[in-house]
Amino acid sequence: MTALLKLDNATIRFGGLVAVNGVNLDVEEGEIMALIGPNGAGKSTIFNLITGIYPPTEGGISFKGKSIAGLQPHVIAGGGIGRTFQNIRLFNELTVLENVLIGAHTRGSWNLTGALLKLLPPVRREEGRLLELAIHCLSQVDLAHKAYEQACNLPYGEQRRLEIARALAIEPALILLDEPAAGMNPQEKQTLLTMVRNIRASGVTVFLVEHDMKFVMGLSDRIAVLDYGVKIADGKPEEVRANPAVIEAYLGKGATN
Amino acid sequence: MLQGFVNSIDPYFLQILVNIGIGIILALGLNIITGLTGQLSLGHAAFMSVGAFAGALLTLKTGTPFYLTLILSGLFTAAVAALIGWPILRLTGDYLAICTLGFAEIVKVVFLNLEITNKALGLTVPPPQTALPMPVIVLIVAILTIIASTFIQNSRFGRALKAIRDDEIAAESMGINIARYKVQAFAVSAFMAGTGGCLYAHFLGYINPSDFGFLKSVDMLSMIVLGGLGSIPGAVFGASILSAAPEFLRFMSQYRMMVYGALMVFLMVFRPNGLLGGINFTDLVLRKLGVRPRGALRNLEEKQ
Repeated sequence: MTALLKLDNATIRFGGLVAVNGVNLDVEEGEIMALIGPNGAGKSTIFNLITGIYPPTEGGISFKGKSIAGLQPHVIAGGGIGRTFQNIRLFNELTVLENVLIGAHTRGSWNLTGALLKLLPPVRREEGRLLELAIHCLSQVDLAHKAYEQACNLPYGEQRRLEIARALAIEPALILLDEPAAGMNPQEKQTLLTMVRNIRASGVTVFLVEHDMKFVMGLSDRIAVLDYGVKIADGKPEEVRANPAVIEAYLGKGATN
Repeated sequence: MLQGFVNSIDPYFLQILVNIGIGIILALGLNIITGLTGQLSLGHAAFMSVGAFAGALLTLKTGTPFYLTLILSGLFTAAVAALIGWPILRLTGDYLAICTLGFAEIVKVVFLNLEITNKALGLTVPPPQTALPMPVIVLIVAILTIIASTFIQNSRFGRALKAIRDDEIAAESMGINIARYKVQAFAVSAFMAGTGGCLYAHFLGYINPSDFGFLKSVDMLSMIVLGGLGSIPGAVFGASILSAAPEFLRFMSQYRMMVYGALMVFLMVFRPNGLLGGINFTDLVLRKLGVRPRGALRNLEEKQ
């Protein structure tokens, strides 16, 4: 297998704080990989490094074998990395459908001229294609029936799913999910579990940050553990669960006693 | 025949109508950058000024045909906007607002001191030689601006602008090149302001750099805020009311600006989203007419 995403000694400092310190990490094509760690360990910062919100201070990040470190976020997204946010960042004033259509932005090409020539067949064809894609993505997270609701009126769990649909509309090779199950009830988590599996089955590699251990253990092929910006373990769920360093840092001392 | 019809309208009333038309063009222009893209511009009168002087000079110095003048002055204004937008659109919120405010003052002072713009005396512009009477041209341009705005709002381009307005970080994570779209929106916005200015110059026949000061910018902003930021019917409505209000309130003489101010305060208290903000008119009308959506959307509705 080839690594789809590769972090090579990735480091970022904010002033004196080393938020992410020399992390080496591979995400293989077609797997579900999870990143766990205590609060403030730097998990979301790693996502922000990958998506270009912050450029790494040191080290490299490559995607599909090409370096993406220091590229602008929109270039990285266009290259095929979709993401969701820990604190939901939907386009609140817009409808559910518009949110996903914006996710499909990189799948279209008509710009200002397209807007002014809206009635011409090529522009209408593209609009139709984006619409089909958006609705397809919405049905993947079971939200198609809410297409015309305003995004901010959705309940919390559905807002999280809408973020996933929006990221899927990029038609990404890799999707980054930042705490997708946060704030969901057990039933919603179960649905989400199936959805994430289906997303992987449709050929998208999944890389997620999550706090819910049960969720992560049941879903992931591999887990990496982060503590104070340093990767302390990496492996199959059962290996990670048995790793003493992980138990001490994350699950708590004495958990095995 | 048209000329005859226009001549039969009371000139005072006609003047108000033309003011409304120009107001609509200006408001819709500002709506693109402030309403749709969420970037507050407090200096949009500067673009009106640039368009007005560019148009006036083209007519005076080169005798370019009017329609060409109209387009060229719009394009020139858009180019100016793109040029200054590139550095200043990196700022957001208050900082951007102050920057546009400063830019507008610079434009005013430059025009007040340039030989070619006749310094503080301003320029007298001869009425354009066109087959269509001026009010009809204003009406046509206003309608074209409404159509263009509607098309922009419901396109891939417009969605990118709305995404930037709602959340810049999410927008760039969706592959939207924020810097580029902001500059493009600014240029389109300035194009409309420039054509509005050019029409203003040729209809009034006289322009002075002081006409396009801070108050003019605030006027334009009030129009779209009154109607509802980002709403096209709102901008049209706000522009109509505020262009006509000073005339209709004239009977109150000294008190009219006070009443005008009080109206704005009441509006912001009771309807902070603007009079027509948050209402989707296309949807309302289509539903009333029983028009069904096409293609993928219809399949979606049938599935439910």
